[in-house]
Amino acid sequence: MIPEIGHFALIIALALALCQGVLPLIGAHRGDATLMSVARTSAQGQFIFVVISFACLTWAFVQSDFSVEYVANHSQLALPTVYKISAVWGAHEGSLLLWILIMSAWTVAVGRYSKKLPPEFSARVIGVLGLLSVGFLLFTLLTSNPFLRLAVIPPDGADLNPLLQDPGLAIHPPLLYVGYVGFSVAFAFAIAAMLTGNLDQKWAKWTRPWTTVAWLFLTIGIALGSWWAYYELGWGGWWFWDPVENASFMPWLMGTALIHSLAVTEKRGLFKSWTLLLAISAFSLSLLGTFLVRSGILVSVHAFATDPARGFFILAFLGIVIIGALVLYAIRAPELDSNAGFKLVSRETFLLLNNIFLVIAAAIVFYGTLMPLLYDVMGVGKISIGPPWFEFAMLLPMLPLALLLGVGMHAAWRAQPEGVLLRKLRIPALIAVAIGIALPGIAYGRTGILVSVGVAAGIWIMLSSLLDPWRSWRREAGATAMPRSALGMSVAHFGVGLFVLGITIVSAFNIETDQAMRTGGAVEVAGYSFELRELRDAEGPNYQAIEGRVEIRRDEALVGEVLPQKRQYLVQQNWMTEAGISAGWNRDLFIALGDQLGNNTWSVRVQYKPLIRFIWLGAFIMALGGLIAISDRRYRSAA
Amino acid sequence: MTPRKQRMLAVGLAGVGIALATVFTLTAMKDNMMFFIPVSDVVAGEFPSDRNFRVGGLVVDGSVNRDPGSLEMSFRVTDLRCELPVRYTGVLPDLFREGQGVVAHGRISNEGDFEADTILAKHDENYMAPEVAESLAEHVSEQTAGLAQGSGECDSL
Repeated sequence: MIPEIGHFALIIALALALCQGVLPLIGAHRGDATLMSVARTSAQGQFIFVVISFACLTWAFVQSDFSVEYVANHSQLALPTVYKISAVWGAHEGSLLLWILIMSAWTVAVGRYSKKLPPEFSARVIGVLGLLSVGFLLFTLLTSNPFLRLAVIPPDGADLNPLLQDPGLAIHPPLLYVGYVGFSVAFAFAIAAMLTGNLDQKWAKWTRPWTTVAWLFLTIGIALGSWWAYYELGWGGWWFWDPVENASFMPWLMGTALIHSLAVTEKRGLFKSWTLLLAISAFSLSLLGTFLVRSGILVSVHAFATDPARGFFILAFLGIVIIGALVLYAIRAPELDSNAGFKLVSRETFLLLNNIFLVIAAAIVFYGTLMPLLYDVMGVGKISIGPPWFEFAMLLPMLPLALLLGVGMHAAWRAQPEGVLLRKLRIPALIAVAIGIALPGIAYGRTGILVSVGVAAGIWIMLSSLLDPWRSWRREAGATAMPRSALGMSVAHFGVGLFVLGITIVSAFNIETDQAMRTGGAVEVAGYSFELRELRDAEGPNYQAIEGRVEIRRDEALVGEVLPQKRQYLVQQNWMTEAGISAGWNRDLFIALGDQLGNNTWSVRVQYKPLIRFIWLGAFIMALGGLIAISDRRYRSAA
Repeated sequence: MTPRKQRMLAVGLAGVGIALATVFTLTAMKDNMMFFIPVSDVVAGEFPSDRNFRVGGLVVDGSVNRDPGSLEMSFRVTDLRCELPVRYTGVLPDLFREGQGVVAHGRISNEGDFEADTILAKHDENYMAPEVAESLAEHVSEQTAGLAQGSGECDSL
């Protein structure tokens, strides 16, 4: 009964989404206040029914109702309750329902905080969001219904993929989706502006906080995914250039470009059509990412659905959204020209460069992700493009971006006298270069041009970001109190610096070795000795494991003890590697059990990963910067 | 700057950036692009000898052989028509099993076997790399059809 209620609630939600998508847009076109007022109420109604539907599916999981096919395939009696709940979005159908839930929550929030906006405008925004909801609800109901029943009820479920039974992955998809879906709000704002034919600085002021919130969730979502891959996939990599990772990285790059371009549009009324194009692209790439993942079209660890009907539906939806938006753009963008000017050395120019480099980066990822598909379709052969290519290609836009970032954030709008900038920045620049040259040799005993450039870039960005907060805190002459938005920018950029430093050091000085190890034996890596003290049996709620007790010593002193496991999940009979990681601010020591080589000997992978925590820390600080920026007073008064 | 000059600057910079990016990435592409070569083609000698490529198929039952206490191991991979010996040193993925799908990156050694530097296995019960599935499917039908006529033999060099 409960699953049927869920199914039925979803159908009602579709009907309400249709009202929300059609009536307010007609109302805004005709200037009919009654029709426009449907927007908020229908959005709220849709949200309530989606919540009911989502709750029903969660209930089916918690109660282990295996008469529901989706539950039977992705849960099991012995599964801990928290993973029964996260299993709701552990596969295709439920993750779509989560997407819809988040989308309608965003819509209700937009309705709630847009009351001071012109009624035609907010009606159009909510209307466009309603149309997008219709697409996703139809997709779910027609091709991916999670409430379908089974004729024969199995006694126990097939269990959730063991890789997904992890706290990191329980919250990674919701955060990522909040980010993805959040770009639909920026998209809806862009479409509404084009329908209205009016895009002014106020528009950018409304759009900015929404975009920043979406961006900060996407940032955290991606960082969590990367962290999860690092400790749970078992082998210590933190980014694989897997198509699904790329699918989340492309909207992130476009979204990052968008929040910078919005800054110019808000402050100076420039880059208007460019901003619109970025808003369209960021959301289109989110949709494209969904298409790539859901259709199972690319070789990927995430490709859990291989169903042509689904792929075709999303492709059609993608086509309608992108082509529709671009046609509207082609008609309306030329009317949005502005005539303000700026000098060559000015914040505008630096933000323009930022945008160009970020878009090039997104284009590189796009090319590398879709090239294998194109080769296959043309019948040239089945290729794969490895991480080395991405790593090399990404240096091209990212290196100049990192170097210019430190200058750009201190440049003034309109025109910046070069001399002042030079005087302000020469000391941080010199310090950064000195550390860049010295640090690799002193701390890691090896030097290289690329490493020094990377370290210098990271330090340079960090120092440059600290400059204004430092001067403001010291109340130096000429320094002003920093508004939250400026402070947020400094914090976020400081995070970028940490991130750059972390990537540089871990890529250059990471040590990884596969060894055979017997109980009582030891492996030496980077001055640390990993000693396998014993192997023992361990047990979890739904798995059995062999656990190694490994002591890590440096110069005879105990640094840490880790317990790497090899787990066998009872239902799916899969083996899973649970790495033993001794984390520290300056390095991770990592050991994972491979396979048994006979008489108490195991193959192990041992790794030394210097500064790897800076990568995720940097990402979280970027997100924190976004959070500080949107708490700025001027956005509160705008709402 | 006037708006016209701004646009010129933007277009110019973007043009230069995109041109540079294209040249660099295409150059880098050559070395990092790995073709998937069906096992039968490799056995017939149709493979690039100067760079890495990927092979894939099923791990032949009973073919996994490892020196006790060492990381060196070998196995044979089949596309249901031909078999190719593969050698590998290191830690195997969790889901590496006899009779299951596998993809290996590497190249042909002087001894004529495939020297793998990376081994990938499927990540869950129901998933197989599409190119592996395709290369197997081709020969499954061939095998059933060929039983009567004795075709579908492996043509090695």
